[in-house]
Amino acid sequence: MIVAERKPVAEIKNSLAPYDKVLILGCGTCVKTCFAGGEDEVAVLASALRLALKQSGQQLRFEELTVERQCEDEFIQEAGPAVGRNAAVLSLACGAGVQALARRFAAVPVLPGVNTTFIGVLEKPGLFTEECAGCGDCQLATFGGICPFTRCAKKLLNGPCGGSRQGRCEVHPDTDCAWHLIIERLNALGQMDRLKTYVPPKSWNRSLAGGPRKLIRKDHVL
Amino acid sequence: MNHPADSRLAGVLAAGGFAVTAECGPPRGADPAVIRRKGALLAGYVDAVNVTDNQTAIVRLSSIAASAHLAAMGIEPVMQMVTRDRNRIALQSDILGAYSLGIRNILCLSGDHQRFGSQPEALNVFDIDSINLVRTVHDMGAAGKDMSGFALQGAPKMFIGAAANPFADPLDYRVVRLAKKIAAGAAFVQTQCVFNLERFARWMAMARDEGLTEKVHILAGVTPLKSKGMAQYMANQVAGMDVPEDIILRMGSVPKEKAREEGVAICLETIAALRQIDGVHGIHIMAIEWEEVVADIVKAARLWPRPGKAEQAEGRSPED
Repeated sequence: MIVAERKPVAEIKNSLAPYDKVLILGCGTCVKTCFAGGEDEVAVLASALRLALKQSGQQLRFEELTVERQCEDEFIQEAGPAVGRNAAVLSLACGAGVQALARRFAAVPVLPGVNTTFIGVLEKPGLFTEECAGCGDCQLATFGGICPFTRCAKKLLNGPCGGSRQGRCEVHPDTDCAWHLIIERLNALGQMDRLKTYVPPKSWNRSLAGGPRKLIRKDHVL
Repeated sequence: MNHPADSRLAGVLAAGGFAVTAECGPPRGADPAVIRRKGALLAGYVDAVNVTDNQTAIVRLSSIAASAHLAAMGIEPVMQMVTRDRNRIALQSDILGAYSLGIRNILCLSGDHQRFGSQPEALNVFDIDSINLVRTVHDMGAAGKDMSGFALQGAPKMFIGAAANPFADPLDYRVVRLAKKIAAGAAFVQTQCVFNLERFARWMAMARDEGLTEKVHILAGVTPLKSKGMAQYMANQVAGMDVPEDIILRMGSVPKEKAREEGVAICLETIAALRQIDGVHGIHIMAIEWEEVVADIVKAARLWPRPGKAEQAEGRSPED
């Protein structure tokens, strides 16, 4: 899923200062799953903002709404009437959702309420970890199912750097060394020979380095 | 192993000599006098001087420029190059540029992560890893082609080095990684500072078992300690460093004003022990901001005078 984190209330409050009526728009997919922007978080944020505004003597009315997905126009359209009643939209969706809203509603300011952080998993309750960089050319088969592009701080393709100690990364000692995990897993799979295989430089032209990407599915074009 | 004729370091090693290199960090400023002063302290006592590339991710005078300043003084540089700051286009361009300035030795590294430096908010690059940098330099020299396959007008035939850390985990894999670096084209290896001789010897034995010491020149890293505090700092704060407790205790067992002497004594004992290990072809002295001690260490270790050009040609080293 796409993992996001709600922005601090103070930052959101500042961004809302020019407006008198704001729609707080949640998204019922990824950001709901990571507790950043679903229906519950919309309600909590609205209360927190009302309290913060009251303390500073500001007047601002909120409307609350959550749609299934802010990255799909079909669902965004459901928010059309509510958007029309407000001076701005505070979107709790990921960056794709915020931009999809802005594309649909050209005349209304759309503000981000969360920081979109990464593609990851819920490793255990309360802990989300980054697993995929969306590089456009998945090589997980080579690395025993653990991505060094994403999970090694130096994007090393040919083994761990000299800072790997007791399975931990030197950059963040509370983070596993991706290469330590790769070695353990290939060992468990009986594929240790893969560690000896030279891995050539990655082609980044299918990643963001090649510019914003598009996926065209001709079989789905109407 | 590829030993380019115009690298003095390659000549010493090819002749079977016990090589001595030292490290020299460029200044955090544009004044070349600093690098010249450090170079003058090392001249004549080492076969080549490693010039670090923005080590610990702190902005310094570039390793190419500092290497060129040393080369102009007649001191042979080993230019360090990290993949942290430049993509493959810039790396290849700088390899060509460095060679055009007379730089003949290169040490290929990934580099310290910017989180440890003074500008942790910087974007890192890591377009290619250190093994691929080794291979790139090798192919540019041997095949005369850049990474796109374009035939270069003038191939940079460098003496190519890589780093190895026998003290990082997992130990078993460290030799696999060394083998990969050799296969990519590394002709010499400089190791992390050796304080834990027992573990270093184990790693060397594994390298010998794999036949790697026949394929690469291993230069063991040594660092003279200045104080107990420095030993503790290196043990606890420097990633990839292994300073055993008995070394820390020994540094603390002498009065403060004698600590540097003790550090040099430990360093000399380490060098003596390293020379007894099969496959160690030299030492790399990393006297951090203490370049003036290098001459004393080299002399006391009876590694001075260094072989001259004539001696290299005849295959003699100071030990002969």
